[in-house]
Amino acid sequence: MVTSITSFGRSGLYDWMMQRVTAVILLAYTVFMIGYLLFNPDLDYNQWRGLFDGTFMRVFSLLALLSMVAHAWIGLWSVSTDYIKPTGARFVFQSVCGLLAFIYVVWGIQILWGI
Amino acid sequence: MNKKRPVNLDLRTIKQPLPAITSILHRVSGVALFFGAIFMVYVLGLSLESPQGFAQAQEMLQESFLAKLIAWGLVSALLYHFFAGVKHLIMDAGYCEELESGQRAAKVTLIVAVAAILLAGVWIW
Repeated sequence: MVTSITSFGRSGLYDWMMQRVTAVILLAYTVFMIGYLLFNPDLDYNQWRGLFDGTFMRVFSLLALLSMVAHAWIGLWSVSTDYIKPTGARFVFQSVCGLLAFIYVVWGIQILWGI
Repeated sequence: MNKKRPVNLDLRTIKQPLPAITSILHRVSGVALFFGAIFMVYVLGLSLESPQGFAQAQEMLQESFLAKLIAWGLVSALLYHFFAGVKHLIMDAGYCEELESGQRAAKVTLIVAVAAILLAGVWIW
């Protein structure tokens, strides 16, 4: 019998693919941010704000944020399913993770569109 | 598939070869990053909020030892997770999956990550 165990999408394969796609987006965002900070050691507020003021950066940042949340959820689901065997404890852990993920999305949007 | 197969995931009882160590560190760093993102998002929000907030974030990352330590810890986790993730993608493409190449890929991942983490420490301090 095929049992379908899935953490995020329709199937394990879909989760696997999601994990890779979001990973590549996060890779690009990480390279961009570290590169930007390395090449702008004398960063000031106006320049920093100007960077996040542009639509491109808002879209890129929101994409990275949503990718982070999806990526983290799939990863945390896998890790907690492997190591936290008691159902109650696993439920609590996964609930905390889900809540924190939701908070990140709201908080991030507030920051990105609040400037 | 026989559902009663014995499965052992008790990490304390498993002898871990190098690729297993890179894998468990990938998991540990991933969990740390998810919770550590609280600090990252907080600093991002503070730095974008106002010129005063930016100055405050700047001062914190330049003066406070604790903030630097947290920043270095998170950057380290990020860098490690980054390189181990790249190794994962390479393995998805079908490379470095044999015993020898797998060992070598694990070794390279660890060396590159340690070098990057040390450089990040120099950068932060």
